[in-house]
Amino acid sequence: MKKVFGKSRLQNEVPLHYCPGCTHGIVHRLIGEVLEEMNADKNVVGVFPVGCSVFGYNYYNADGVQAAHGRAPAVATGVKRVAPKSLVFTYQGDGDLASIGMAETVHAATRGENITIVFINNGIYGMTGGQMAPTTMLGDKASTCPMGRDPKTHGHPIKVSEMLATLTGPAYIERTACDTVAGVLKTKKALKKAFEYQQAELGFSMIEILATCPTGFHMRPSDAQKDMKRAMDFYPVGVYKDIKGGK
Amino acid sequence: MKKLWKGNEAVAEAAIAAGCRFFFGYPITPQNEIPEYLSWRMPEVNGTFIQAESEVSAINMVYGAGAAGGRVMTSSSSPGISLKTEGISYCAGAEIPCVIVNISRAGPGLGGIQPAQGDYFQAVKGGGHGDYKCLVYAPSSVQEFVDLTAKAFDKADEYRSPVMMISDGLLGQMMEPAEIPPMVDLNKLPKKDWATCGNDQYRQRIIESIHISPDDLEAHNHHLFKKYAAMQKNEVMVEEYKCDDAEVILVAYGSVARITKAAVDELRAQKIKAGLVRPITLYPYPTACLEKLAKQKSVKRFITVELSMGQMVEDVRLAVNGVKPVDFYGRAGGIVMVPSEIVDFVKGGKK
Repeated sequence: MKKVFGKSRLQNEVPLHYCPGCTHGIVHRLIGEVLEEMNADKNVVGVFPVGCSVFGYNYYNADGVQAAHGRAPAVATGVKRVAPKSLVFTYQGDGDLASIGMAETVHAATRGENITIVFINNGIYGMTGGQMAPTTMLGDKASTCPMGRDPKTHGHPIKVSEMLATLTGPAYIERTACDTVAGVLKTKKALKKAFEYQQAELGFSMIEILATCPTGFHMRPSDAQKDMKRAMDFYPVGVYKDIKGGK
Repeated sequence: MKKLWKGNEAVAEAAIAAGCRFFFGYPITPQNEIPEYLSWRMPEVNGTFIQAESEVSAINMVYGAGAAGGRVMTSSSSPGISLKTEGISYCAGAEIPCVIVNISRAGPGLGGIQPAQGDYFQAVKGGGHGDYKCLVYAPSSVQEFVDLTAKAFDKADEYRSPVMMISDGLLGQMMEPAEIPPMVDLNKLPKKDWATCGNDQYRQRIIESIHISPDDLEAHNHHLFKKYAAMQKNEVMVEEYKCDDAEVILVAYGSVARITKAAVDELRAQKIKAGLVRPITLYPYPTACLEKLAKQKSVKRFITVELSMGQMVEDVRLAVNGVKPVDFYGRAGGIVMVPSEIVDFVKGGKK
């Protein structure tokens, strides 16, 4: 029988460890497909810091570096400076990128470091058990804000793409959402553009992807998927920075 | 050819000569001449210099560059090294070859910028979390700093381990004649087929320090400690000075060893049979040398001299193991003793 559908050649046969309804599996796949389509998948180094995706490198037939919590952009900077011809990406969650690793993120961006950040924003700490993230929306309940996020005590959520877009350094910043098939395809397009910018040595790119965490929010996968609409109202999808001026 | 070199700049140039082409650092006194020098020198040799946004980022850039196979260095001073210790633990766990220079200063806290040796425990007992060691060199002259820099890079590669060089502003800021070794041939540096640098065909090489299975993690700890055992066997460096007939053995390292050596000469001039043991590697520690001297008939006592409230003295006591008495003389807070203070202490007089 003819095989009509399969994984990208960059992905191996190791079963993913993610929860049902989690978006990591989709995004992992998109990265593999994009790099294969670009025929760039022999020269890839992925940097995976602490979070649910800490073992992300186990799923790719590519070089992988595990990084300390929040430090992936610094680690990727070191890798890229030694191996400038390789495509270097980080794969970070919101706690990692926007809380403990905000300094590394902002400075890699402002240096225009020629790396690609894949930023998974699901509004919660997944791996540690559903604590409040810097991106948790007001009113949302997490294990460290069980009454819901209250700006008086917990402060406000951070809009990372908007913030980084104020910098001169980045080449390309887009926010997408894996909410529907169309959203997934748009995410793929954005990831491809980001890696193409890196390949063309245009500098720093980040794709912020709105994602689900049914386990962390105690939801059915289908409800978590529907709930993403709420996130998209607060975190509008779109291109926030493009040095080529594209939309 | 010998030239007059400031310690910090000599280390920077010695790193270039040793094939280091990646440096990531952050400003802190008294080590600033190292990043300042490399900020213009690295571009001359097609190397990379980045002034990182923080000490934490700098050590993690080192981690990334080392993972990708580069010869890489960072430098800092005590409070900055504290910030780097998480990263150093990761480098040890993930077996990243790299060189870390600590031009240390007085603490605790923000402390002061004057010379001190209060970072001994941090350097040799781990510093960061988990069971690990760094190979630690403690030079006592600018020339030795240069020579050990070359060695540090080679040993980092040989053991796939972070190597630390610890000194202070005395050596970092002082100018002395020193000769930088010739440039190594970059093509002759060790090949690193484990490096995660891409440029391969669908090959999955992984650099990690996470071992979620306790069995795997215990095995990894044993693997690391096999390396440390090899270091203990092969890498100990120590200078013995006038110890053959000595009745009192002074133990000191780094810049303090120079002052102590002057005290030994003064004591000898006063017919007191003093000798000096100068550990050059702080880890692995020259335990065997002290064990041997503890059993030497002429030796009546040991005195450890440090710019701290007493840290290395614990390792001296472990080595001497009660065979002979071990006393301690130290100054803290950035105050550097003069030889006559040590002479007075040995003679049992006033502090």
